[in-house]
Amino acid sequence: MATSKKKSTATSTRLEVLKTFKLYIGGAFPRTESGRYISEETHKGEFVANICRASRKDFRNAVVAARKAQGSWAGRTPFNRSQIFYRMAEMLESRRDSFERALQERAGYTEKKAVAELDATIDRLIWYGGWADKYIQVFGNVNPVASAHFNFTMPEATGVVTALAPQKAPLLGLITALAPVIVSGNTVVLIVDHDHRSLAIDFAEVLHCSDLPGGVVNILTGYREEVLSYIGGHMDVDAVAAFDATPAEKKELGVEAAENVKRVHFFETPKKDDWTSDEAQSPYWILPFVEFKTAWHPMAF
Amino acid sequence: MATDYAIPRVPSVDRVAADERAARFKSRSIKTTAKAAGLHLIISMIDLTTLEGKDTPGKVRMLCRKARQPLKGSDCPTVGAVCVYPPMVPIAKEELKGTDINIAAVATYFPSGQATIAERVDEVRRTVDAGANEIDMVINRGSFLAGDYGRVFDEIAATAEACGKAHLKVILETGELQTYDNVRLASQMAIDAGAHFIKTSTGKIKPAATMPVTLVMLETIRDHFLKTGKMVGMKPAGGISSAKLALRYLAMVKETLGDAWLDPDWFRFGASSLLNDVLMQLEKQRTGRYHSDRYLSMS
Amino acid sequence: MGKKSTKSVRDLLFGDLWEYAPAPQSSGFVDLKDHYGHFINGEFVTTEETFETINPATEEVLATVSIADDATVDRAVKAARKAYDNVWSKMPGKERAKYLYRIARMIQEKSRNLAVVETMDGGKPIRESRDVDVPLAAAHFFYYAGWADKLEYAFPGATVKSLGVAGQVIPWNFPLLMAAWKIAPALAAGNTVVIKPAETTPLTAMLLAEIFQEAGLPPGVVNIVNGFGETGAAIVNHDDVNKVAFTGSTQVGKIIQRAVAGTDKKLTLELGGKGANIIFDDASIDQAVEGIVNGIFFNQGHVCCAGSRLLVQENIAEEVLTKLKHRISTLIIGDPLDKNTDVGAINSRDQLDNIKRLVDIGEAEGAEKFQPRCTLPDKGFFFAPTVFTDVTPSHTIAQDEIFGPVLSVLTFRTPDEAIEKANNTPYGLACGIWSDKGSKLFRVASQLKCGIVWGNTYNRFDPTSPFGGYRESGFGREGGVQGLLAYLEVR
Repeated sequence: MATSKKKSTATSTRLEVLKTFKLYIGGAFPRTESGRYISEETHKGEFVANICRASRKDFRNAVVAARKAQGSWAGRTPFNRSQIFYRMAEMLESRRDSFERALQERAGYTEKKAVAELDATIDRLIWYGGWADKYIQVFGNVNPVASAHFNFTMPEATGVVTALAPQKAPLLGLITALAPVIVSGNTVVLIVDHDHRSLAIDFAEVLHCSDLPGGVVNILTGYREEVLSYIGGHMDVDAVAAFDATPAEKKELGVEAAENVKRVHFFETPKKDDWTSDEAQSPYWILPFVEFKTAWHPMAF
Repeated sequence: MATDYAIPRVPSVDRVAADERAARFKSRSIKTTAKAAGLHLIISMIDLTTLEGKDTPGKVRMLCRKARQPLKGSDCPTVGAVCVYPPMVPIAKEELKGTDINIAAVATYFPSGQATIAERVDEVRRTVDAGANEIDMVINRGSFLAGDYGRVFDEIAATAEACGKAHLKVILETGELQTYDNVRLASQMAIDAGAHFIKTSTGKIKPAATMPVTLVMLETIRDHFLKTGKMVGMKPAGGISSAKLALRYLAMVKETLGDAWLDPDWFRFGASSLLNDVLMQLEKQRTGRYHSDRYLSMS
Repeated sequence: MGKKSTKSVRDLLFGDLWEYAPAPQSSGFVDLKDHYGHFINGEFVTTEETFETINPATEEVLATVSIADDATVDRAVKAARKAYDNVWSKMPGKERAKYLYRIARMIQEKSRNLAVVETMDGGKPIRESRDVDVPLAAAHFFYYAGWADKLEYAFPGATVKSLGVAGQVIPWNFPLLMAAWKIAPALAAGNTVVIKPAETTPLTAMLLAEIFQEAGLPPGVVNIVNGFGETGAAIVNHDDVNKVAFTGSTQVGKIIQRAVAGTDKKLTLELGGKGANIIFDDASIDQAVEGIVNGIFFNQGHVCCAGSRLLVQENIAEEVLTKLKHRISTLIIGDPLDKNTDVGAINSRDQLDNIKRLVDIGEAEGAEKFQPRCTLPDKGFFFAPTVFTDVTPSHTIAQDEIFGPVLSVLTFRTPDEAIEKANNTPYGLACGIWSDKGSKLFRVASQLKCGIVWGNTYNRFDPTSPFGGYRESGFGREGGVQGLLAYLEVR
């Protein structure tokens, strides 16, 4: 994974192989159709890579992939989704060294902070994974109607969700945004716009080898403002999950979302931007992206 | 007799929804002219019944006289039939001479039907010979519930044959069949085997007639008519003792089968105390006063 | 006995051999005022500008009603804020509960009065207002009353807080019931309310205000303002409103969603629908036919969750349609106050015009129209129950919400096709499935994109049962424990 300048010392004659960071759409890593890029630098200003600058057409393609994957993802058993979450955590655990290093080198984390972010990320994956077959039990119910009917309500996934990832915590932020969305069976197009986008694509590689079906998570690196109006207005997107949204972004998303009555949820940024806090995870974060379905059936012979 | 009887395909019946539909007829408000006409119709549809171990010739005579003249000085019609046990048929015949009131008798080892087919058919023949022109038979519920549908069908068919010119009413005893699916199937089998009427109950088992059970049977009759063009009659019996309830049944017939069945030839009530309640309602309509049964003769 | 049927035509005759005589519900005991204003801060106030509310069955004016302008709405919101800050948010839940119980009881006590006025003002049959609307409204208050002092048990592991002032706008199809659906959970959760009834049906809300007054509900806890869309907009856009709840058309819902975009107002929307009622060949046919009738002709089809698209399996389509036509022939259309009326008056001239327009389009696009033989009253707004056959998904009448007694019939061959057709709509409120086979029914139910699935039943409501849509039918739920989510901050 990750580009690492440390290994190629001055004495070495071997030229390091740099990685091309692409987008992650439908389980593949295509380049942006626009051919545009964003130069990413480390916190010290050293070159990391030319990162894809996703366009509205990339977004459109990602939504197509997310829609295609949604039915079968939601159709999997919650037990299976739970296991896939656990698998993602396993994959991340086995690669945690390189992510810790990358957080330090690229984002300027201290070692302690990098370890803490990896701990929190892996643990959060497992935590949400456990909810896959429990949130329905906690938030669903049998309703004692006053007639001879069996009546129950259960939450199920809304559909295709676009998420604006938090702008801090380049690794943990991704999980914080996507886990509560996909655990119920939604698929997601994750928009990553901060200084260390490369980590999102490194993470996509972890997803890619975690039994997670292609298209469930799609990651676009780029600029929020460039795709914002398309997100709100896309008629095949069912909901928007937005972190760190500015008042102007909230307004624009809200107005556009009305075109197809999208569900829009703005998450609060945790105190002191501490994304490792338990404040940044909750089963109640699953609820903005589910629909309650109530079924009636007579009881008699 | 045919033993390779093919069970007819009948639609399933959802009980909750059928109950709801039947309950809707309870909200029909039948007033003034509609009520008067309905009450007259109900009287003409009553099978005035006595089916007790303690029945005597005296009791049957009393019943027959009430059938001929429900209310002295009134223009109300006579009832559709009197309904008695087979030994009482000659008495009824004598009492009803010169009227067009039918004589119905419960045969086939009423109410249980627990006898051999030969014995049951023999009773039917004897009863028809004695002067009954309507036979109310009971089906073999034991055979039905045991899945021996062929036997049930054959017995009804044999009874129909034994009836000759007399009309056959087939009692399903729906209270013992329990499910509406069973009621629907038994209704269709009875119709296929030659019933002129299908009837809910003996009156000896509770629940007897209910509106939803009657509705399920009416719907079977309707489907048979739409398929074959042949009309079959319906007789709910037992538990219909108030004019108000009988009017609701009438509304159910009107809205399920239509005008053609609003006729004593095609719809009957098996009842005894219903008649006087209807008469009280008619008197109320005539005089404007709430009436008392002390002014009405017993049946 | 012994007449043989001599009919050569094998059809049922639903004629006039025994006709029901008129059975009018008496309305003499109803004491309506000539004029109604608003209910603000516990008092009835009038404002200058007025409109008339009419009986759609007779076109007679029932009363004049004041129109609330921005200033009046502001007064109402201020009253609600004051009541929230000083009284309602501080009151122990068990005391709030008792007010709601008291209101429920008073609705029961005045049920006949409320039912008659509901029918006169809105045109729905008295049987429905008496047996459905009013009892359910009382039950709704009764149900949420019990939550008022148990909110901490509603959402495990979370802390809950009321939101503040709830601004609510409700439609004309179930005027009293929708007021109950909005007000009861809002108050139970500790919020105060400013609500606007629909302009064609303001009266029962004003009777409800009288109940609030009699119940001693503290002034300002519920404020009712009358008027048109502008009044509603004034509520929605008011800066001091914390929560907006709207039931009505998807078109207006979108306007509201745009209006609250960028604010901190919490929003729930209960919008339109184009429900599919799916009949499989193994269904209990007679009950399914009843479900079709109930699905589309209940409340003249003025129901957002109406089963307006009938999807019937091709191999039983003919049988189902024959039975459906027979059944429709027995429907009694006319005076809503007559106890035997099944289909009453269309709510307004505008709505009648809209129904006619869409029915004309249906005919122009080549669908086959069936209407039973029936005489409609000369005065008032009436429309005969209508069934369109030969409808395909591309027909306008298969896509647009008609909100009237008009059914579009489509056929399908396999369960997959039924699911695909049912979901082929931007709406997602309710569907019905009729099958005697449980495994099939629940599989189909799981695939339908809608908030309510009625299995072998249709148009059933209960305060414990959440109601609300997917997609463009809106978001949020009313009823049940989920109904509290709309009126609480949960964290």
